[in-house]
Amino acid sequence: MTATAEALKPKDYKSDIRPVWCPGCGDYGVLNSVQSAFAALQLDLYNTVCVSGIGCSSRLPYFMKTYGFHSLHGRSLPVATGLKLANPNLEVVVFGGDGDLFSIGGGHFPHVARKNTDITLVMMDNHIYGLTKGQASPTSNTGMVSVTTPWGAPDPASVNPLAYALTYGATFVAQSFSGNPKAMTEIIKQAISHKGFSYVNIISPCLTFNKIDTFDFYKDAFVDLPDDHDKSNLVAALDKAVNPPTGKVYNGIYFQTQRPTLLDGLKKIKEKAKADKNRDLNTFIDEFKP
Amino acid sequence: MSDLIIRIGGEGGEGIISAGDMVAQAAARSGLNVLTFKTFPAEIRGGYAMYQIRFSKDEIKSEGTGFNVFCAFNQEALDKNKSQLIPGTVLVYDYPGGDIEEEVKIEGVTCYAIPMSKIAKKDLDMYRAKNMVALGLLSYVFDIALESLKDTIREKFGKKGQAVVDTNMKAIEAGINYFKEHYKKTDPFTMGHTDKVDKDIILISGNEAVGLGALIAGCNFLSCYPITPATEVAIYLAGELPKVDGTLVQAEDEIASLANVLGASYAGAKAMTSTSGPGLSLMQELLGLASMAEIPCVVVNVQRGGPSTGLPTKHEQSDLFMAVHGGHGDAPRVVLSAENVADAVDLTVLAFNIAEKYQIPVLLLTDGSLGFRTESIKRPDPKKYTIVNRERFKPGGDEKYLRYKLTESGVSAMSIPGEVGGAYISTGLEHSQSSAPSFTPEDHIKMSDKRFKKMEGIADFVPPPEEQGSGPADVGVISWGSTLGTVREAVDMARAEGLKVKALHPKLVWPLQEKQIKAFAASCKKILIPEVNKQGQFAEILRGKTGIDGISYPIYGGLPFTPKQILEKIKEVSK
Repeated sequence: MTATAEALKPKDYKSDIRPVWCPGCGDYGVLNSVQSAFAALQLDLYNTVCVSGIGCSSRLPYFMKTYGFHSLHGRSLPVATGLKLANPNLEVVVFGGDGDLFSIGGGHFPHVARKNTDITLVMMDNHIYGLTKGQASPTSNTGMVSVTTPWGAPDPASVNPLAYALTYGATFVAQSFSGNPKAMTEIIKQAISHKGFSYVNIISPCLTFNKIDTFDFYKDAFVDLPDDHDKSNLVAALDKAVNPPTGKVYNGIYFQTQRPTLLDGLKKIKEKAKADKNRDLNTFIDEFKP
Repeated sequence: MSDLIIRIGGEGGEGIISAGDMVAQAAARSGLNVLTFKTFPAEIRGGYAMYQIRFSKDEIKSEGTGFNVFCAFNQEALDKNKSQLIPGTVLVYDYPGGDIEEEVKIEGVTCYAIPMSKIAKKDLDMYRAKNMVALGLLSYVFDIALESLKDTIREKFGKKGQAVVDTNMKAIEAGINYFKEHYKKTDPFTMGHTDKVDKDIILISGNEAVGLGALIAGCNFLSCYPITPATEVAIYLAGELPKVDGTLVQAEDEIASLANVLGASYAGAKAMTSTSGPGLSLMQELLGLASMAEIPCVVVNVQRGGPSTGLPTKHEQSDLFMAVHGGHGDAPRVVLSAENVADAVDLTVLAFNIAEKYQIPVLLLTDGSLGFRTESIKRPDPKKYTIVNRERFKPGGDEKYLRYKLTESGVSAMSIPGEVGGAYISTGLEHSQSSAPSFTPEDHIKMSDKRFKKMEGIADFVPPPEEQGSGPADVGVISWGSTLGTVREAVDMARAEGLKVKALHPKLVWPLQEKQIKAFAASCKKILIPEVNKQGQFAEILRGKTGIDGISYPIYGGLPFTPKQILEKIKEVSK
């Protein structure tokens, strides 16, 4: 986040690769907001890394001018973890979709959350697998009819990513809507500024394959969290996550708290071990004298 | 005598492993060479545990064949080893008053019945001292570093106070006194002392050796997931990596471990993970990513019996196919395999050097018996190793940075986040030189060729395989991994008997050093390929890549070869 001579504008974060998304895809809006948030924070182009897995939304790093890592389906979080631990000075932002993060990669999320790894996760939730042309995902509405669920999805429940994030110990949990660039930019900005693991769930409708969770539906459904919501209260946050008003979806920060991060823990270990890059290797070998 | 093998068997949790470690340490300290071999149950307590130590005044190449002395702590251990109690061997067993209920008499076997449990329980009032009673006894009867053992005990227990030292000393003496009172030594096994005590010897396990090699190579990141028999690599480095400002994390699974490693290496770390077969299975997709995105990484695989959960604590060399060919697509990778503990240090350094120089995943295969085994080895000199680091992008040029630039060697300069002008997207998608996704025939062909071009350089970069013996031979043995040491010993024995035999000891098992292997094979009438797996995996890889139609000699009983087994096979095929 070093200040450059000339302030970076959102377009300065834009690469010359054109997005591959369908016209009208919610992910365009997310991309714009990400660039706006990066500019607002004046993130250094060369000390920022965008990491992703596989899926429509996971293509986002290509459209950014920062460093990037387009990894494997479901593996963005552990890749980002290694990256951040190897160089804590980097700003690491992870992008992905609901299938990537909560189905194939679902086993990683709890650990990034509980370890409070200092990275930001922006999930573009479209309640569907888009890149493989429309199959029900873990966040799809129950009973959804799709090409692999022509009789309706038999799964009796969907994943609630917000509740998941809250219970696993994420220290920043928020939700926004691709159709509301201003609110979305602000939340992404705050998520990146937060020290520790930040989770942002962005409802980013898929026009092509999801005919239920549409822009039209969300345009009216999105409301700000009540003014009196206490974002330091985990139980209140969980209540808002699992009991939204009927037909409504909240925009805003559900929960935010401060806790030591994984890096803080590792730093303490190094202090105890009297870390020294140039330690004489013979001291290690001496330990094996019989 | 110059060589002695003692085996101790009993129930897991009886202190067999710690007793074995102590006598190995004492012997190494007194100037003897030692090589240990352990098997234990997959459970924490109970089940059969075994600790074998080979002592020698000369270099030790393998676990050896059978044992000279067997010390049985219980009936199960006795039953399991009865068939190997052949004339000329010695049995020391816990009788009377222990688990073994009948006196043992075997034709040609010297049997010493020592009431170890009784001495510990009744005379010393300390059941857990049974292992120390045995230790004193064995050290005395077979003249193995008794004084050194007492020093070791004083040091080991000194921190716990004089009373603890005294009790253990009493146990040591009690075993010795019982023997003196009841027996006159009638067996021929006496190790004796050596005058040339080498001060530059260390005693280290195969798994620790990998860790030490990593430190020498400059590794500063390890992500792991607990798995037998590889966990000790991480346990060792968990203590040591932070001392060199390195990071060790335990991930949620092996997939995350390798993903952590790739993220760290992308950010500039020298990173590794250590695992065993089931973990390596899970890592296959990420290994493909490392090949595709050209990210240096080292994966140490301590093989165990498979498939599936298999035989977690048993020895097998059955992950070669997976190491070489696992995963989808055409993905180049490098596979090294270590012969012994000293090799584990050297090859770990080499693995990092190859990974860094060629920006490619390097797998180092060891195995359960090598990982658990301790050996006295010549102290490595960190200054003697050449350390290679990846070619880095140089900022400031006029040209646009191309991460995957086509070059003569297939290697292109790598930028690390933080470098101005070096931004790129590391990617598992096929790509152009600039790292943009590209699925054109031209790019896929060029990039596949680029990635495989590196393999040619690697075969030349690694020192040629060592040849044991020279000239034309009736039988040439080619093997890999820890079987090499056993082959070495068997070939020495065969040559001493006048057989025209030689051996080749490749450490790089993929890509193959074809030139040298073919030249070796051309000088032998027959090629014998011993290895510990069902399918004869290395034999098949050799055949496929070099056309060498060797005689595959696979064994798969969960135990390593003995030199005698290989010697007999050599004799059989040379007829």
